[in-house]
Amino acid sequence: MYWEPGRECMDREELEQLQLERLQSTLNRVYAHVPFYRKKFDALGVSPEEIGSLSDLARLPFTTKEDVRGNYPYGLFAVPLREVVRIHASSGTSETSSVVGYTRNDIAMWSKLVARVLVAGGVTKDDVVQVSFRYGLFTGGFGLHYGAERLGASVIPASSGNTARQIQIMKDFKTTALVSTPSYAMLVADTIREMGIPVSALSLKYGLFGGEPWSEKMRKEIQDALGIVATDNYGLSEVIGPGVSGECLERNGLHINEDHFLVEVIDPKTLQPVPPGGTGELVITTLTKEAFPMVRYRTRDLTSLQAGDCPCGRTGRRMSRLTGRTDEMLIIRGMKVSPAKIESLLFEIEGQEPNYRIVIDRKGAMDEVTILVEAAGDTPFGEERRHVGRTVETIRKRLTHELGVTVDVKLVGRKDLEPVDGKMKRVTDLRKL
Amino acid sequence: MLKIKNLESGYGGLKVLKKVTMHIGAGEIVTIIGANGAGKTTLLRTVSGLIPARSGEILFDMKEIGTLPPERIVFLGCSLVPEGRQVFGPMTVKENILLGAYPQYRRKRGDQVRDDLERIYGIFPRLKERERQLAGTLSGGEQQMLAIARALMARPKLIMMDEPSMGLAPLIIKDIFSIVTRLREEGSTVLLVEQNAKAALGIADRGYVLETGRIIMEGTAEDLLSNREVQRAYLGRDLDAEGTM
Repeated sequence: MYWEPGRECMDREELEQLQLERLQSTLNRVYAHVPFYRKKFDALGVSPEEIGSLSDLARLPFTTKEDVRGNYPYGLFAVPLREVVRIHASSGTSETSSVVGYTRNDIAMWSKLVARVLVAGGVTKDDVVQVSFRYGLFTGGFGLHYGAERLGASVIPASSGNTARQIQIMKDFKTTALVSTPSYAMLVADTIREMGIPVSALSLKYGLFGGEPWSEKMRKEIQDALGIVATDNYGLSEVIGPGVSGECLERNGLHINEDHFLVEVIDPKTLQPVPPGGTGELVITTLTKEAFPMVRYRTRDLTSLQAGDCPCGRTGRRMSRLTGRTDEMLIIRGMKVSPAKIESLLFEIEGQEPNYRIVIDRKGAMDEVTILVEAAGDTPFGEERRHVGRTVETIRKRLTHELGVTVDVKLVGRKDLEPVDGKMKRVTDLRKL
Repeated sequence: MLKIKNLESGYGGLKVLKKVTMHIGAGEIVTIIGANGAGKTTLLRTVSGLIPARSGEILFDMKEIGTLPPERIVFLGCSLVPEGRQVFGPMTVKENILLGAYPQYRRKRGDQVRDDLERIYGIFPRLKERERQLAGTLSGGEQQMLAIARALMARPKLIMMDEPSMGLAPLIIKDIFSIVTRLREEGSTVLLVEQNAKAALGIADRGYVLETGRIIMEGTAEDLLSNREVQRAYLGRDLDAEGTM
């Protein structure tokens, strides 16, 4: 099943012609309408007229998150504000967030791309789609909502939070597709178990998850616990929101909507392209956006492009699920520590996807790291207690050894690790630096 | 059917087209809209071989035609209905139409010309009524029909029209555009260059917006019609000035 077969299964050569046409017209527009890009292009001595092939893209400057923030709020808009019909902003834990805008055409195009992703993930117009992404400035809620509506599905704008009520809705409204972050799906699965509701009482068939990195282990857990087919999808507000790429039912990587986004994978240090299939930072250029075009946006997300055709027939290249972020390095007592490394170690030790939070604090001049890990299985009482003590000690020793930094480990309940705004917050830095 | 990459051309020291990249798929109606002097006519003249391409590629049916003379390009199946009709006034309507059959004789398909003429009279009954009349005595709309009829005699796969609505009354424009739609239904592919963006986008599948020799937008006709910049600049509408309902 496809939403736009003519585009999703396009011949590569035709696709590249279309990409070049759209790249050139996008560059002509940003050069004429966005002073930021004009200055950057001029500084590098490159004009849109010199871009005659897709590989010429490499001659253009990158755009970073700092550039977007530095032009807060509307500096990178390519159309007057009166043509903008929607404004979103990235969930900012940071001082200023990225503000992005959409014209009426942008919204229509975005909805179409999200509809593609939904259809690829098994959803049809006959489905009842519960959107449990937070609605608001964050692009997830409205992005999926409009896409599902465009598809013709029955959309429940449940937003995030109040899990018990969500499950009630899921049961009573006969929700067939759940759209949320993967960690929220895990919470739903747990809560259903706690509430004593059998999965057979629900009508769920599909789950489309995005908004944060997850793993195959987690997918298996969600699929088993909810009895659904779970697919991964990807997007970010600086580029558009959800709808950049999504898995088909083969679940072997996320098909990129390449007729709208030109992707590169670069080495974040040298800024050169990685060899084909190599892992690096994903860089995206938008090809059709009107209000907020992006030229070579550095996503800070690490992924790789997969070779080979997909049996589903879509010709859009596939990116592997995110393997991490380029920017998330914690400096603890002068040592660089990667949260991704901690996660993979926990995974190894526990043998399952860990639910955890890294808390960093400073006592006097010393950084202290505490890793809160959700206790597996039932609450640790009686017989189990000694076993739990051993687990904590194992984790503590292993992490301290591997990271080169002494860490403390505490077992906690799931409730202590509730998602914040529907997103799992993995790192809490309490240091006042 | 037609694939253009990084096409540049112009007149003397003047570079009109700057890295124009576009394509037309078989069976499509594609329109190029743009203001006076944007380079629309230059683009059609370059594809037709009337002025040489300075750089870039023009592939017609996978064949590079950028260096071919105009008559070879017509022979391959790409015909131009020029701006301002360019009919031969002192000749009769029928003579004008038959001139367009020249490539058919070259192909040694002269035997088909009579049938083609009948088919074309079917599309333009007015021209049949006036076949003995001198072309110069026709109205503007009839001359435009004649120019299209003449181009069709070459049995083109791609027919390029330069401002077919120019100088015509709204009712006549409607006639001409319904003929364009009919041509597509009969299997032709059409590249339509127009200042009358509204009418052109009304019948086209896709469009490109050309501005000072550069393509600044590509999209479905529907997308372009709802783009406010296009509305303001080319459709003569300003939604804000019109106020909200």
